[in-house]
Amino acid sequence: MIHVSRLSKSFKVYKREAGIYQAIHSFFQRKYERVDALDSISFDIPKGEIVGYIGPNGAGKSTTIKILSGILVPDEGECVINGYVPWKDRKEYVKKIGVVFGQRSQLWWDIPVIDSFHLLKDIYTIEPTIFQESLTELTALLDLKEILKMPTRQLSLGQRMRCEIAASLLHRPDILFLDEPTIGLDAVSKKAVRTFIKKINLEFQTTVILTTHDMQDIESLAQRIILIGKGRVLFDGTIPNLRDIVPDPKLSLEDVLVYLYQKLGI
Amino acid sequence: MKLYKRYLLLHIQTELEYKTSFLLTAIGQFLVSCNVFIGIYFMFQRFSTVKGYSFEECLFCFSLFLLSFSLAEMFFRGFDQFASMISNGEFDRILLRPKSLVLQVLGSKIEFTRIGRMLQALVMFVYVLLRQPIEWTILKACITVFMILGGTVLFAALFVLYATICFFTLEGLEIFNIFTDGAREFGKYPLAIYGKNILLFSTFLIPYACIQYYPFLYLTDHTTNVMVAFTPIAVLLFCIPVHLFWNYGIKHYQSKGS
Repeated sequence: MIHVSRLSKSFKVYKREAGIYQAIHSFFQRKYERVDALDSISFDIPKGEIVGYIGPNGAGKSTTIKILSGILVPDEGECVINGYVPWKDRKEYVKKIGVVFGQRSQLWWDIPVIDSFHLLKDIYTIEPTIFQESLTELTALLDLKEILKMPTRQLSLGQRMRCEIAASLLHRPDILFLDEPTIGLDAVSKKAVRTFIKKINLEFQTTVILTTHDMQDIESLAQRIILIGKGRVLFDGTIPNLRDIVPDPKLSLEDVLVYLYQKLGI
Repeated sequence: MKLYKRYLLLHIQTELEYKTSFLLTAIGQFLVSCNVFIGIYFMFQRFSTVKGYSFEECLFCFSLFLLSFSLAEMFFRGFDQFASMISNGEFDRILLRPKSLVLQVLGSKIEFTRIGRMLQALVMFVYVLLRQPIEWTILKACITVFMILGGTVLFAALFVLYATICFFTLEGLEIFNIFTDGAREFGKYPLAIYGKNILLFSTFLIPYACIQYYPFLYLTDHTTNVMVAFTPIAVLLFCIPVHLFWNYGIKHYQSKGS
């Protein structure tokens, strides 16, 4: 379903020291260095799996999501998803995926949520009957009935996130990328989001790739963890597998990661 | 087209949310352009002609130029504000949608407040028409429409060019405004008054003169060469390299951007 092999991507990062003198200097002559955001990443994900894609800040999680969703082109390596190369067959490929960026909104700020949904209906050319069906389903599952008619700017973060997730599922994608979907949410909203992700995974066999810093997300959702650091895959397996490599079995998952981050120096 | 209509409706809906802000901005736009009109008016109180062109002729040039500019600004605002679309990740979102990128950028911003500027252009245009400097024929009317459309396309192409540069710099280059806002100002007069070099530049590099000076000569009977009237078509030639550059910019963004 998702096949990724030896994916690499590096960015130019401009360097300069602090201070006004250096700022002027770098205006004329910029020094930069290459930073490997991804360094030969490989993995395969079968249909219907929920994968937790974790790692410290700056490990390359977002870069991977951007490549897998076709926004960025890697320097090297191959990636075939559902038979498509994401950055080559953009228009066809993106019909089959849904992406939620927890830190950014795809809803129109000043107009009722339902109008944003109707725009998506036109963008994805969703059949009216299918659209209505999806909408009814999602409204029930995510409890959106009350908030669909409110403009986005008046929603709480939890309400907004539920709408964001609904928005990226209207066209019934096979794969759902969730980039920090629970960031900043309260306990109740987090739980609602988790329950929902589990439900659609069971019901529609939607493959879910989830990046998060919240270990409870991982514990309640992920059947498999891929841990990356400094652009490399450091671990790929189940949660019990991960616990096996630390000495103390009683550590919480959070502490297991802290231990690993420190031990591996990432 | 259906999608664009949807975008249009959503923008109208958004504007209706903030009625006062919309009205004030539109009035502001109207007054700013009004200023320029008053400037030209008083200048012609002292000098009856500029390089042989009358007040009405200059005003005619300006009103068409301004009309094109405000149309382009209204419907191509997404490209004008492209730097912010890149920096806030909106462009990434656009790449995730199964529709043409250009259409989506167009749809993401439509600036109805520019109606103020447009209104000012129309007022001037009607004012000029009432003073009858032009002997109208059907051909001349068609040419006027072509001038406006050609101008809109030209300014739109410049906005796209400006947007494409953002792929490389990731921020807007203010200096580029010379070619858009700057041009709007110097389009007040028939471009020939600025001398031969400027005319050459605005014929062969950025074809401002093709949508202003040359067809204008025909409209005001300074020339009888009908060929000159069809120069607005040259704008399409300008669009080809802009289009190629845009495609190149997208590739660059996808392989270098972060």
